[in-house]
Formats: sequence, structure tokens, C-alpha cells
Amino acid sequence: MRWLRANLFSGWASSLVTLGALYLVARALWALVEWGLVDAVWHAPNGRACIAASDGKGACWAFIGQWARFILFGRYPYAEQWRPLLVVLIFGALLAASCVRRLDGRPIMLLWAGGFVVDFVLMLGGAFGLPVVSTDLWSGLPLTLILAVVGLAAAFPLALLLALGRRSALPAVRALSVAYIELVRGVPLITVLFMASVMVPLFLPDDVTINKLLRAQAGFVLFYAAYLAEVVRGGLQAIPLGQYEAADALGLGYWRKMRLVILPQALVIAIPALVNIFIAGFKDTTLVTIIGLFDLISTASNAITDPEWRGFYVEAYGFIAVIYFGFCFFMSRYGRMLEKSLARSRR
Amino acid sequence: MGGRVAVRALLAQAALVAAVVAGGAYLVHNTLDHLASEGIATGFDYLGREASFEIGQSLIPYSPSSSYGRALLVGLLNTLLVSALGIVLATVLGTAVGIARLSRNWIVAKLALVYVEALRNVPLLLQLIVWWDLLRVSAPPPRAAWQPLPGVYVSVRGIVLPVPVWHWGALPHWDWPALHGFNFTGGITLTPEFAALLIGLTVYTAAFIAEIVRSGIEGVPAGQAEAAAALGLRRGQVLRLVVLPQALRIIVPPLASEYLALTKNSSLAIAIGYPELMSITNTTLNQTGQAIEAIALMMAIYLAVSLATSLAMNWYNRRVALAGE
Repeated sequence: MRWLRANLFSGWASSLVTLGALYLVARALWALVEWGLVDAVWHAPNGRACIAASDGKGACWAFIGQWARFILFGRYPYAEQWRPLLVVLIFGALLAASCVRRLDGRPIMLLWAGGFVVDFVLMLGGAFGLPVVSTDLWSGLPLTLILAVVGLAAAFPLALLLALGRRSALPAVRALSVAYIELVRGVPLITVLFMASVMVPLFLPDDVTINKLLRAQAGFVLFYAAYLAEVVRGGLQAIPLGQYEAADALGLGYWRKMRLVILPQALVIAIPALVNIFIAGFKDTTLVTIIGLFDLISTASNAITDPEWRGFYVEAYGFIAVIYFGFCFFMSRYGRMLEKSLARSRR
Repeated sequence: MGGRVAVRALLAQAALVAAVVAGGAYLVHNTLDHLASEGIATGFDYLGREASFEIGQSLIPYSPSSSYGRALLVGLLNTLLVSALGIVLATVLGTAVGIARLSRNWIVAKLALVYVEALRNVPLLLQLIVWWDLLRVSAPPPRAAWQPLPGVYVSVRGIVLPVPVWHWGALPHWDWPALHGFNFTGGITLTPEFAALLIGLTVYTAAFIAEIVRSGIEGVPAGQAEAAAALGLRRGQVLRLVVLPQALRIIVPPLASEYLALTKNSSLAIAIGYPELMSITNTTLNQTGQAIEAIALMMAIYLAVSLATSLAMNWYNRRVALAGE
């Protein structure tokens, strides 16, 4: 009662706002329940039957039932789709394992490295009796996960070099790092992806061709390295000068000083910001659909152009929106948890 | 620094620069080879040639017989238009949501939180496509247009709004849209592409701005608000006169990067067909084959716009920062 009065009915204006908001929330929730449950159609042979069954008022979950597998795995050969499924599950398990504090440090790194290798073999095949599946058939959720996870993992070492370069005492190194970082951060990701898909073939000699997925992945890595570098630089700047001086006094050279003293502290400080970049990167993988890769958005928009099931865009995009939301929300919670436990350990 | 160390540093830098230059020269060499063997022209002469494609929306006179250069200008102006409007609207909406996040009314605070979490955890491109489909697939024909506010009509033709008009020597008045036959006259019509892009950019960026505003307000020491309350100011006055002016110092730098992000994100319009810088460039490079010039020019323009925005925001930041900070 006391809580109600303090937080909802602390005056006539507040009470009015509360009642108005409650009314709107109730109406919105009811509309959602009516559309998604009461009037929804769960089984139908095709789109027209689905619309007829609810008079067009409810959601057509029969569409998702029919197309979920295509949206998730796209053009990957139907009989082999257990492989991308396993890849997704491995990524999920690795993310869950990253939440276990006991595995921090080397164990989790080794797990991720092992996971990458297994995922790559599973997706591409050609070993252990798995038929080869070429990369232009990779699609849907596994493609999204690979672009994000591999992209950011590969961007990280480059980002470390750029961040150190930007704070280097050597003027040429500093100038090149600054130029690279600011140039990349000044242009949209899609222009970099365009460059990777249109211009890179022109840059290379005739006999060298790089496939489309790898080009997009490279563009993604080069772009995100600049953003990660700025986050790492933020961590480096937070390290007190005394730490540098102490390492110098111990007689450590530049690389040993950075590896043993400065970076371990700087990266811990940078973790929350790194998680934010990771979330942004995961969402930005959707841009590859514009240069013709078959990610979740492409599979969903292809599904709704099927003549039998045309136009269920709310269901299709809602389905993948839930996937993106689930992942990003989990990541941001994870980031906050890390932030709290780090704040505790530094006290 | 000892002499040997200095020499080593100099050599290392010289090697790095040499490697970068050599790498660049190698790429240029390959590229010129390719262009020569495929017979693609180089240089910016194409900008003067006839573009011969239609553009759906333009702020300046444009026809298919105009040049590629003019088409590019149309695209740039469209980018600037949607970015400027988006920045203003996202700032207003984001500030409102950010303040609502701190409301003492529990349900208002929670609703604002749901808004922020839902919008910023779903990719912008997906949101843009949904807004676009909403306007072009689900919206009714003009005759049955939705009317969310008096004078505002939403239909498959886009969104029609009343506009204020002002003629020299007369009082300003509103030009109200009206349905005549199968279409609207009067007012101003936003195409579905433009409306979807503007709404999408606004509501997405507002979620981020809301968090910036919230943490800015929370960053002002509580003693300031308490002191203002002790002076007898009401809650709204405390916020407006005491807390927000101080919060601005914390808010402005991250706000500047949101503005930059919004401007760069407007390039996603290529997926829904709003003719801005990116999609005009795409059409141009498909028609002329001059990918390198077109992409380089586009990147240079984005860089210039980014630079101009951060200069303007730095100037504003110096104005709101404490003296001597």
C-alpha cells in the first residue's frame, strides 16, 4: 500500500498519469494477446488459408512453423542443416561458459579457440566424411554469428596495435594510427562493406580471388578494429603514469611492459565498453544483406516473397527481431554483471 | 633516449612508412591494370555526363537529363535533410524518454525502460524495413487513410502533414491537406521511404539519447537538486533551471557521437530506396562502372559531414563547459 502511494499515486497529477498509462498498457497488451494468441492461426496449408481462418485479424504462426527452418539456416543444404544447428548450439554454450567466473582467463580462451575450429570444420565440411558446403550457401543465424564473433575476435589484435600506435612516442606510427582510426570512424560501415565487395576485386592481381563472405568479413574486421581501438585507448588512458614508470624502473622493454603490466589492467577497465561494441557489431552484421550475403534479414525477406506465403512480414521480422533482442539483451546484462564484479574486485 | 635507441626508432618508422607506401602502390598498380584491361575510364569526367535516371525526391530541380554531379548533390541534400530532421526529433524524443526514465511514477519509469531496451536491442536495418513495410503494405489506401491527429493522414502514399505557409505582407497560416478524388492536395507529403527512414532513425537514436540524458542527469550531484528544492522551486523548475543546465556538460560529448551515428546510419536508406548519398552513388557506379571514383567521393563527403558535425558540437561543448575546463 505504502509503495503504491509513493510510486503511483503521490498526487492527483501522478494518479492521473498512472491511470492513463495503465489504460494504454492494458489496451496494448490486450491487442497483442488478441493478435498473437486469441485470433492466431497455428496450422494452415498455405497463406491464403491462414488469412481466411482468422479473417486477417490474427497472427499466422503457421507461417513461422513452415518457414522457421529456412529463416534460421537459409540455403544451407536441407539434409546437412544439423551442422549449422550444432554450430549455433556451440556458440550458445561458449557464451554461457563465458558467464562462469571459474573459467576466466586461459581456460575460456582455449574453449573459444577450440570452438572456432570445430565450428569452421562443421560449416565447411571436407573432413571426417562431411560433404563440403561452399560459403555462398552459408546463411541465416549461423552466418550472423560467424560474422559477429569471428569478425570481432579478428578485429581485436588489430585494435590493440592501433591503440598502442595512437599512444606511441614514434610520430610516424602515431600519425598512421590516428589517420586510420579517424578515417574509418568518419564513414558509415556500409560504405566500407561496399568497398570490400566492389573495389577489393580491382585491388588484387587477376589470379587472386577472395570469396564474397571473406571480403565482407575483412571489411567488417577493418571497420570494427577502429572502434575497438578507441575503447582500448580509453582503458590505456585510465592507467596511472606510475604504472608505466614502475615497469620502466623494472627494466622491462616496451612490449613486455605492455603485455605484463599495462594491457592486463587497461583491458579490464575497458570491458564494459568492449561489450557495448560487441552488441553494436552483432546488430551491424545485418548490413551484409545489402551487399548480397544471406543473413537473417535476407532469409526472412525471402520467405515472405514465396507465392504460397506472401507478405507475412510482421511474423517473419518479429521472429528474427526476437532472436536479435534475446542475444543483445543477454549481452548487455552480461556486461553489467561483469562491470559489477570488476567494481567489487577493485575495491 | 640513447643514440642507439633513437636510431632504431627512426629505422622502424621508416620501415613502417615504406611498407604502407609499397602496399598502397601495389594496390594502385593492380587496379590500373584491371581498369586498363576492362576498358573502364578513370577520372571524374563522368560527373558532367547525363545521369538519365529518375530520383523520387529532390530539394533542387532535377531531371534525368541532369548530370551525375547534380544527382550526387541531390543525394547529399537528401542525406542532410533526413539527418537534420532526425537529429532534432531524436533529441526531443530522447530527452523526454530520458527524463521519464527518472520519473518518480513507477509505471512511467518502467515504460521508458521498456522503450529503451526494445529499441536499442534490435538492429536498425530491421526496424527500417518494418517501418517501410508498415507504410507500403499495411497502410490503407488514401480514401481510408488513418488519421492519428487532425490534419495528419497516413496511407500507402506516405504521410501527409499540414504545413505553415507565410506570404510576404500576410499573416502566416496553416495549409491543411484535403482528400480530392484518389489523392491529397495541400499540406506536405512525406514519401513512404522518407517517412520510414525518418521515423526509424528517430525512434532508434532516441533510445540511445535517452540513456545519455538519464546518466547526465544522474551525474549532477544530488545536493544541487536538494538545494534547489530547499529554495522552494517546484520539481519541474528544479529540473529545468538547476539540473539540466549542469547535466548538459556531461551530455554534450556523447550526444555529439550519437548525432554522427545518426548521420552515418542514414546510409541504410539504400535498403529501402530513399535516394540519399549512398543509393545515388550505388546507381551511379552501376551505370558508369567507375566504382573507385564514386565510392571515394562518397566516403570523402561522409568524412567532411562527420568532421563538420564534430566541429559544431565541439564549439557548442566549449560554450556549455565550465570556464577553464
